[in-house]
Amino acid sequence: MKILIVGDGKVGYTLAENLSREDNDVTIIDKNPEALRKAKENLDVMCIRGSGVSVSVLLEAGVREADLLIAATSSDEMNMVVTLTGKKLGARRTIARIRDPEYANELSLLKLELGLDLVINPEQSAANEMARILHYPAAVNVESFAKGRVELVEIRMTGDEPIVGIKLRKISSRLLSPILIGAVERDGDVVIPDGECDIRENDILHVVGRTANTVDFCKAMGKCELRIRNVMIVGGGRIAYYLVRMLTNLGLRVKIIEIDRNRCLELAELLPGVLVIQGDGTDADLLQSENLGDMDAFVAMTGRDEDNLILSLMARKAGVRKIIAKVTRMNLAGLVESLELDSIVSPRLITANHILQYVRGIRNATGERIEALHRIVDGKAEILEFLLQERRWYLDTPLKKLGARKGFLVAAIIRNTEVIIPHGDDVLKLHDRVIVFAKTRALNSLDEVFRPGAAP
Amino acid sequence: MNRKAVLRALGIVLVCEAGFMLPSLFVAFHYREGESAAFLTTLFLLLSVGLPLTRIRVRIRELYARDGFAIVAFGWLSMAFFGALPFVFSGTIPGLVDALFESMSGFTTTGASILPVVEGLPRSILFWRSFTHWIGGMGVLMLTLAILPLFGAGSLHILRAESPGPSTGKLVPKIGQTAKILYGLYVGLTLAEIIALKIAGMSWFDALIHAFGTAGTGGFSNRNASVGAYGSLAINLIIGVFMFLFGMNFTLHYQITRRNWRFVLKDEELRFYVAMVAGATLFIAADLWVNSLFSPGPALEHAFFQVSSITTTTGFATADFHGWPVFSKVTLLVLMIVGPCAGSTGGGMKSIRVLMALKIIRRELVKMKHPQSVHTVRIGGRNVDDETLGGVTAFILFYLVLMVLAIFLVAMDSHDLETAFSSVVACLSNIGPGLSVVGPMGNYSGFHPLSKVVLSLCMVIGRLEIFPILLLAMPSFWRRVSI
Repeated sequence: MKILIVGDGKVGYTLAENLSREDNDVTIIDKNPEALRKAKENLDVMCIRGSGVSVSVLLEAGVREADLLIAATSSDEMNMVVTLTGKKLGARRTIARIRDPEYANELSLLKLELGLDLVINPEQSAANEMARILHYPAAVNVESFAKGRVELVEIRMTGDEPIVGIKLRKISSRLLSPILIGAVERDGDVVIPDGECDIRENDILHVVGRTANTVDFCKAMGKCELRIRNVMIVGGGRIAYYLVRMLTNLGLRVKIIEIDRNRCLELAELLPGVLVIQGDGTDADLLQSENLGDMDAFVAMTGRDEDNLILSLMARKAGVRKIIAKVTRMNLAGLVESLELDSIVSPRLITANHILQYVRGIRNATGERIEALHRIVDGKAEILEFLLQERRWYLDTPLKKLGARKGFLVAAIIRNTEVIIPHGDDVLKLHDRVIVFAKTRALNSLDEVFRPGAAP
Repeated sequence: MNRKAVLRALGIVLVCEAGFMLPSLFVAFHYREGESAAFLTTLFLLLSVGLPLTRIRVRIRELYARDGFAIVAFGWLSMAFFGALPFVFSGTIPGLVDALFESMSGFTTTGASILPVVEGLPRSILFWRSFTHWIGGMGVLMLTLAILPLFGAGSLHILRAESPGPSTGKLVPKIGQTAKILYGLYVGLTLAEIIALKIAGMSWFDALIHAFGTAGTGGFSNRNASVGAYGSLAINLIIGVFMFLFGMNFTLHYQITRRNWRFVLKDEELRFYVAMVAGATLFIAADLWVNSLFSPGPALEHAFFQVSSITTTTGFATADFHGWPVFSKVTLLVLMIVGPCAGSTGGGMKSIRVLMALKIIRRELVKMKHPQSVHTVRIGGRNVDDETLGGVTAFILFYLVLMVLAIFLVAMDSHDLETAFSSVVACLSNIGPGLSVVGPMGNYSGFHPLSKVVLSLCMVIGRLEIFPILLLAMPSFWRRVSI
């Protein structure tokens, strides 16, 4: 696919990196030669210096033949103009990053008027993710599939869970509710486990199951006594605004610490009923005086990754049980792993995942559609949700006869309202939703999962 | 340095070279020549060295600038070495230094020869000599990039180190795709020339040899008197025009196939190149006519052919230009140094660099008058950033320094100033024939082995645009931790 990305910032670069690796022809447009140099040297993409709103630059970049135009500059207005111009010049599809809350409310109108196919709001997505994590404190991370019927939870094994040290095939008999352990994260690597794999301390399990069952599983692991009522947030940016709105709707009590006086006033105005404190969130004394230790959850989302990590460590020391840190630069992910923090949220990564999912969805518009895509451990493994729309060769054949390839695992089948954790005798049917764990990059179709020729 | 990746890439280059020997082997079989043994031995050696190297498992697939330079430098040196073996094994050129010179001259598309007589040599050897031009013209690594997705994004460093010009860009987002397009254009233009030459009356074999020589802007012929031996206006014009085309930036050819005429016509380097060739042709033709060497028609014909041949650094000759008036000779010498467009198959400094240098000079003059003025250098309406300009000045400086050094070394066994000077320029710019002893009707056989080695190095330094080879000479380049 020919993809044009306008704006070579953090999101633009991550997108270009991932999209070019998945064999798309990517062209980046940016005004800043320094930013372009990095992309030029590290990625197999074409870079064009110039303004994305300029028609001649867009034409030079081949907007007429472009299948997708992504506007990811720092300015919402610019992104709108870019996508509008691009669409008029012949770009097949357009995606714009629009993040100002003022626009966020009129999104449907904007989408229609600008001919946008997708609007991404990294801050809002990040806030969604955080809200979900806070809602589900036992897990490191939660992801929902099939319109919320199936959940994927990440749980860190601390050593005192009843399943530690037990082989996987013996575990299912000990649990009452059917769940499936789809991936085990160990020492920064991912294992798609088989029956002989045993669970060790410090593993992070990725568990798939019907929502109620995953909750049961967490309870069985002794992790569900925690309920979050009080949340402290450091850093009052856009994400904080979206997050607080969601949390107050859920009935949680929130305290925001923000250093900038004017922003504090704005927040207080926008978010009535929320305690806004003006002060330096990295100041330990201030945090103590705002009784950090009594909080159920702590979210560090200042503009600096380093501050967020340090703050998380401070909160952990103070005894907060649920901690979320916003980390923008994902090259810090390896370091974060060793800090054993629970939850890391990266707006950039979320956005990239979102768009990748969309792009892959366009690429295989026939057969099975990709409904959701979630990447774990720095993209080393993926969890995808396929919707089977057409008759394919692998339908109606027992899974054990199809024989999934190594590194793939069919984790759940959703048929109407029923959630099936599949065994060898189960079959795939038309209109099923299928959740697949894949250890490779860029799985596009279920054809790659099953051995061809295995079908009768 | 990512040694494993570099070694593996070298292995691939050697295996590719083994593949390139096959046409020559076929020619040897076709004409039932005994040289097939020489090719088979070399083929065997190449595979036995190359195949194990390709088996190396590369754990770190990231390539950085240093690795790109190393792959290109070693690739070219080892290619020239193995390319010399058929000459040695067949006994055509028994001395290793001579054979290396010939092979290096072939791959770097120089076309300088130590063979006094080429007519009567085995056809397979002549074919190999010219085929090296064709491979070297667009570059072997470029070919490997086109057919093998070798190292992902890091291969841009290889592309950059191998292809000429101050700033190597891509035509399309993917490197592999870019390389494929470039090679497609290259093959297409070569085929067109072969057919044109055949129609103009050459035999298929001669047409192939001369098309290879033109495409790579090399200049090896299978006639002692080069293209002049045919004495045909049609052939002179065909080769003259195709030399000119191969001296153009291949990006422009790509844009022509896409009918993007505005891009082509607006290109400032092309304008400079056309003006240079046209101007030089007129001046030399007038000079030849005034000195009553030729009547106006032939004067124009020979002047155009020679200017095209020298500017594109090909080195074919229709006449012994050493016997031409001094003004014409000096004009040709200047053209030798300037060379054709960046992104072409030719050598020399490249028109774009000279154009930029001229603009830098103008900027400096303006600055003298108005010290506070801010003045940007623009090419084709676009700003050229200071780093590129710095690179251009550094390149020209390096070029001149190396030229002077080589002239010192070669002067030790030269008969006259013209020989010493022009032989170095002709090798460094990948032209081939110079003036006097090394003129179009002369050759390089009279030089001392030391001079031959120096000139061989000049060729590869010129082809790879100095830096890859020069970096090999830096001790810090070899250290694991390079600071």
